[in-house]
Amino acid sequence: MLFTAKLAAARATATATRLSRAGGGTTLPGKLLLRMEPDAIGRLAGRLTSTTVISATNGKTTTAKMAAAVLEADGRRLCRNAGGANLTSGVASALLAAGRGEEGLFEVDEAALPAVVDALRPGQLVLGNLFRDQLDRYGELELIGDRWRSMVSAPGFGATVIHNVDDPLVASIGAAAPAAITFGLEDDGAARTTMQHAADSKWCPRCGTRLVYEAVYLGHLGRWRCPACRLERPRPEVRATAVRADGLEATEFRLELPRGDVDVRLPIPGLYNVYNALAAAAACVAHGVSPAVIGGGLERFSAAFGRFERITLSGRPAVLLLVKNPAGTNEVIRTLAADARPKTLLLALNDRIADGRDVSWIWDVDFEELVEQVDSVVATGTRAAEMALRLKYAGVSPARIAVEPQLGHALDALGGEDDAPAYLLATYTAMLDLRGLLEQRGLVRPYWEAA
Amino acid sequence: MKLRVCHLYPEHLNIYADRGNMAVLTHRCEWRGISCRIDGCGPGDPLPEADLYYLGGGQDRDQRLIAPDLLLRAGDLAAAVAGGAAVLGVCGGYQLLGHVYRGHQGDEMPGIGLVDLETTAGPTRMIGNVVLRCELEPGRRRTLVGFENHAGRTRLGRGLSPLGQVVHGHGNNGEDGGEGVRDGRVVGTYVHGPLLPKNPWLADWLIQTALEHRKGHVELEPLDDTLEREAQRVAEALAAR
Repeated sequence: MLFTAKLAAARATATATRLSRAGGGTTLPGKLLLRMEPDAIGRLAGRLTSTTVISATNGKTTTAKMAAAVLEADGRRLCRNAGGANLTSGVASALLAAGRGEEGLFEVDEAALPAVVDALRPGQLVLGNLFRDQLDRYGELELIGDRWRSMVSAPGFGATVIHNVDDPLVASIGAAAPAAITFGLEDDGAARTTMQHAADSKWCPRCGTRLVYEAVYLGHLGRWRCPACRLERPRPEVRATAVRADGLEATEFRLELPRGDVDVRLPIPGLYNVYNALAAAAACVAHGVSPAVIGGGLERFSAAFGRFERITLSGRPAVLLLVKNPAGTNEVIRTLAADARPKTLLLALNDRIADGRDVSWIWDVDFEELVEQVDSVVATGTRAAEMALRLKYAGVSPARIAVEPQLGHALDALGGEDDAPAYLLATYTAMLDLRGLLEQRGLVRPYWEAA
Repeated sequence: MKLRVCHLYPEHLNIYADRGNMAVLTHRCEWRGISCRIDGCGPGDPLPEADLYYLGGGQDRDQRLIAPDLLLRAGDLAAAVAGGAAVLGVCGGYQLLGHVYRGHQGDEMPGIGLVDLETTAGPTRMIGNVVLRCELEPGRRRTLVGFENHAGRTRLGRGLSPLGQVVHGHGNNGEDGGEGVRDGRVVGTYVHGPLLPKNPWLADWLIQTALEHRKGHVELEPLDDTLEREAQRVAEALAAR
């Protein structure tokens, strides 16, 4: 079969999936295409004018959406895997829909990254962070780090590596790349006094000595140095300073760029989203976008599906929050805890393959920080009872915890009388199911449209 | 009454939410009016006197970093156990209780030899839900649930009993049907999840065994374990699917 015929066959699958409402056609068409033509990604990528790839443990989808907001404001047309399908099949599916003159902007799973980079040959590669995540699926953090390091130091690797120097492991990988742009936070006001329990990469990536932190911003991200071999975090070229949270509405900061500074009001809370904005801004610096357009694009950005997505649930405001690993969940909790009002929570814990079969990670999350603010909790999902148990040992009275394994029942159990927002935290497949239910109730749009 | 727990290398060996095990020990003591003190012990620190020593699992690199320090403490730990203290080793911590861990490249990491067992890395990781049947005291059959994720194949010395018999999962080596080890007051296992929250009977057995070290016979008040039992029931059902 000719390549064009294979493309037509795969495109027909995408249309059929959408028409049957079985899903967004974000994975299957690419999977079929790659089976017919293993080199399809490389062949299709040649049609794009440039390609940017974004990877990280946490923040891939949000960073890609922020970068898209800026690049589109700059007048570019993009080919993206906006539905969050970030394995080779998802990238191939997105490429099927690529038009002439478009630029590629893809988020890629951290384990799939070396293979995708090898096929796509991007001009820009954004490396955000590496946190402990789903050990049953990804293996240990160091293994992913080693694969990334081999990838950027391989002969023929030609991307500019845009990377977060506040993460010691990512900084050491970026330093091995032939060309780089660095980003990081410079704000002692945003620093924590102590390192969180889930902090992972506390040891010097060069000599293994315990690192010294002058400031810890988030997990193991901060201003670090090695007391033994003198390796230290370099001063980043793209920086956020004077970070100020406006409740749970927005975050304001000064964005310092090589071509000038700009004040940004990012319409989403959380220090982790400042990191996502820095990653997106640094990627746009690599594309030659002006500071004013970068700032303007970030201000007009709206949350990706399930990432601080605001909805109305039987008359009451609610916020959807995807959670998947200790570091990301800790930042969600830290952000919510900054608003001291009593809270109604729905916590949905599934243990399907995409969530990680191993649910140990919830015990590394600092739910203790929210205990004082918890008014009532509904625990739901395949591991609802386990979630409830975690909260019991965090100090929430079992009388305040309802266990409703069925998501629909859990939504109903939330009640709708209150003016105070309900916070719905869900693991990946639980979030998809939850959105499916909300979609049936006419409260959200399908994820492949909303993204 | 007071339970003294020594958490060995909490900064290095904590990969599978070992903190959850500490939270369960602390709360289940405090809910009964027993105070519980947990002392961390890092490389080079003096070994605290304790009723229960806990050794968790770490990344390969972290385990290699602490192994030499642990070896220096082999004699002190053996003396503590001989004096009546209890020990719980999980994942990497379990392997280090034995004589040796043989890696993929034929590299050998010596353990402290507290228990007669040895471990050899296999070609694949054994990952998934685990259900065990345990009988620590004759006639008292219990279910233990959790998750395993290990490349090591562990073989017990002649005459040693596993912690339980595998109903679902791989266990020590995927062959002999045993999981973990129970040697007097020493328990080792690959089961995390973490181990103790969904298996409150084992948490209480450890608390009781450790306290009896100094107090003679101890009776623990029963607690309301409705949520614990439900989480265990669900875990057992999911392991069978």
